[in-house]
Amino acid sequence: MNTYTPKTAGSPGPTEETLGIRDLGFWIYLMTDAIIFSLLFATYVVMFQNTATGPVPSDIFDLEHVFAETMFLLLSSVTFGFASLAAIRERKGHAVFWMIVTIFFGAGFIFLEVSEFVGMIQSGAAPQTSGFLSAFFTLVGTHGAHVSLGMVGITVMIFQILIKGLTSPVKSRLHRLGMFWHFLDIVWIGIFSIVYMPGWLI
Amino acid sequence: MLGRLGFDALPFYSAIAFGGASITVLGGLAVLLLVTYFGKWQYFWEEWLTSLDHKRIGIMYIALALVMLLRGFVDALMMRSQQVFALNNDGYLAPEHFDQVFSSHGTIMIFFMAMPFLTGLINIIVPQQIGARDVAFPFMNSISLWLTTAGAALVMVSLVIGKFSTAGWTGYPPYSGAEYSPGVGVDYWIWALLVSGVGSTMTGINFVVTILKCRAPKMRLMQMPLFTWTTLCTSILMAFAFPALTVVAAMLGLDRVLGFHFFTNDAGGNMMNYANLLWIWGHPEVYILILPAFGIYSEVTATFSQKRLFGYTSLVYATAAITILSFSVWLHHFFTMGSSPNVNAVFGIATMIIAVPTGVKIFDWVFTMYKGRIIFHPAMLYTIGFLVTFVLGGVSGVLLALPPADYLMHNSTFLVAHFHNVLIPGALFGYFAGFQYWFPKATGFTLDRAWGVRSFWFWIIGFYLAFMPLYALGFMGMSRRMERYDVAEWQPYLVVAAVGALFVLVGIFCQGMQLYVSIRDRNKNLDITGDPYNGRTLEWQTSSPPAEYNFAKVPDVQEIDVFWDMKQRGVAYAPASDYEDIHLPRNTGIGVFLGGLGFVIGFAVIWYIWWLVALGLLGVVACLITRSSQDDTFEIIPAAEVEAIEKMRLKALEEHKPTPGDFWS
Repeated sequence: MNTYTPKTAGSPGPTEETLGIRDLGFWIYLMTDAIIFSLLFATYVVMFQNTATGPVPSDIFDLEHVFAETMFLLLSSVTFGFASLAAIRERKGHAVFWMIVTIFFGAGFIFLEVSEFVGMIQSGAAPQTSGFLSAFFTLVGTHGAHVSLGMVGITVMIFQILIKGLTSPVKSRLHRLGMFWHFLDIVWIGIFSIVYMPGWLI
Repeated sequence: MLGRLGFDALPFYSAIAFGGASITVLGGLAVLLLVTYFGKWQYFWEEWLTSLDHKRIGIMYIALALVMLLRGFVDALMMRSQQVFALNNDGYLAPEHFDQVFSSHGTIMIFFMAMPFLTGLINIIVPQQIGARDVAFPFMNSISLWLTTAGAALVMVSLVIGKFSTAGWTGYPPYSGAEYSPGVGVDYWIWALLVSGVGSTMTGINFVVTILKCRAPKMRLMQMPLFTWTTLCTSILMAFAFPALTVVAAMLGLDRVLGFHFFTNDAGGNMMNYANLLWIWGHPEVYILILPAFGIYSEVTATFSQKRLFGYTSLVYATAAITILSFSVWLHHFFTMGSSPNVNAVFGIATMIIAVPTGVKIFDWVFTMYKGRIIFHPAMLYTIGFLVTFVLGGVSGVLLALPPADYLMHNSTFLVAHFHNVLIPGALFGYFAGFQYWFPKATGFTLDRAWGVRSFWFWIIGFYLAFMPLYALGFMGMSRRMERYDVAEWQPYLVVAAVGALFVLVGIFCQGMQLYVSIRDRNKNLDITGDPYNGRTLEWQTSSPPAEYNFAKVPDVQEIDVFWDMKQRGVAYAPASDYEDIHLPRNTGIGVFLGGLGFVIGFAVIWYIWWLVALGLLGVVACLITRSSQDDTFEIIPAAEVEAIEKMRLKALEEHKPTPGDFWS
């Protein structure tokens, strides 16, 4: 259908239809991002034995710490889901509340990840140490950067909900931000099962 | 404060480098002064730079491509002349300078000539071919344009401040790593690719959605014009291949700037992984460049043979097959890297299979011409030149697909001859054909025919003279990228190749003359009907240049050759009974700012100016937040204004009744 032919002539701004088009565009963007992650995963798998003189995976992975990270991130996805449901039911206050909870869990995840990174670097396992660690820090760090960016997005959306209310453009943005947030969960599950679990066993 | 940037970055160390820098600076200054002198800043800013109109964005893309074509061609001339003289002596270019020249030639021609050229043509034409009023994401389109421009600007700035990469356009490590290339050259290359690559990914996303979602409601997929089909496939490739380039360039950057070990010799680096990642992008890129040209050839062949395209369905399936296969052949770029014979064999066979759908297309075009009344418009000449020449390049490619043969020809001038033989006729001639063909649609007046014909003949003769000797030289054992040599038998061939480059120079001069003459005589060559060649597809239904909204009424699609069918049924120019308000995207400068910030961030990382990087990133976040908080991004063209514009057009058509073949009388 034609983008700029609104169903109701004379109504300004984007229609439901153009918002649907944006969803498709965002899906394709997520797929391009998935390619970035899949190549980082492939590189990690190629390089995880290239430890040179540095530590091997089982020396540095602390699975309990990672499990806590995982819980924070998965819970943040659940709470974002609550925010989305509240937005659909036009409950502005609930939506904002659950998004603040989401930020809290996201910040917890980032805090744990940064403390993990700092600990590793202090114990001599820096990205400059070996090919394995370069690949590890780049893969996990890229995911962390995405999560941080998502938190900026959540903050912006909280203000938009407060200032503009749950208008259809705001709800549509919230929907796409939700897709982004859940996508990062899926990537994390990949990281947990391809990086941390085998690394802990080896 | 300024990182590693100091006065020694200015090119006072070599007369030739200083000359190149001066021309760049003076050229830039001349443009700025002219715009100021004519007081056109406001006009450019409001009507062009901030425009979200897909047609204007397309024209700006093509302007960028033409400027960069000149720059890349100067590099080519320098290489050909160096190799004429450099038998048993150093020639006129220092080795390091020669290496910069071939690196920038490849980088510019692929990323900043071919990519903007094809993206520009797609931008101008595809929305019109599918009966849409703009692309799906007009603002993202503007970001793509300005990120591409920012990448091109980084390459141009490297002429003046610092040096460009000497690692070739593919930048293989370990040579491109910090240990062997410590300067800023490789960093310029990395950031030009990173910044423009993000733009290309967004272009891909944009056109996939535009074609899938914004078509005239009744146009089915198998009724889309071939150029739209090839654009869809190219866009899919752009969206899914360019992230690989982003990844590999970022990793090399991390190695260089932060001391990571992705591709280093020591500490567990794996440089073979670089070759894999680069070519996972690089081979689809070949088809990103060529598929739109195939689409253009399809349109041009049908129009100027005055026949329906032969084998529409087979052309669509061949395009789709090439799209999928293009992801399965990347390893043939490094057969000699040491994979097992079985792996090499699999990729060799996959490479040969890709020649099959390509061959199908060649036959389809030839059969379209068969029994047609062919009109030898310059666009058609380029198409015929392509058909003949491209087959040669394709055959030499099948030869290279044999791993044992590749071991002999790898890295020789035979390879250089092969890929120029596919990319110049296969891609560049296609863009030229599209330029000749759609010029009146974009500007409102036709191009001078005589100068177009001349440009074609000089280009094609120049092409044969320049590249056929390189095939022979490859067999004689000449490696590519030699700044000097000591085999006297090579020299005559290199002289012929240089003469070929001079022929191409004359061809480019003819193209310049064609533009000059056509603009000078534009009032004589106005395209009043909007349909100068008795066209078949929807873009010829709009006026030339089209109204801002392209179509006042969404076209009623019933056939493959929609507009031809409408003309047959006598409804092509039927006046509408009523008009409605039309919503169009409002202009915005944020795309320009984001492009500028992309340039600033790239430049700052290259020179280690970290505070500027932080500032640039903050700017990007600010731009994105600002834009994502805007709801009112549309403006309305009232129905009365649409009616007035359409009435004027119908009146002009009345006075100038379109007759088939009008252009040729």
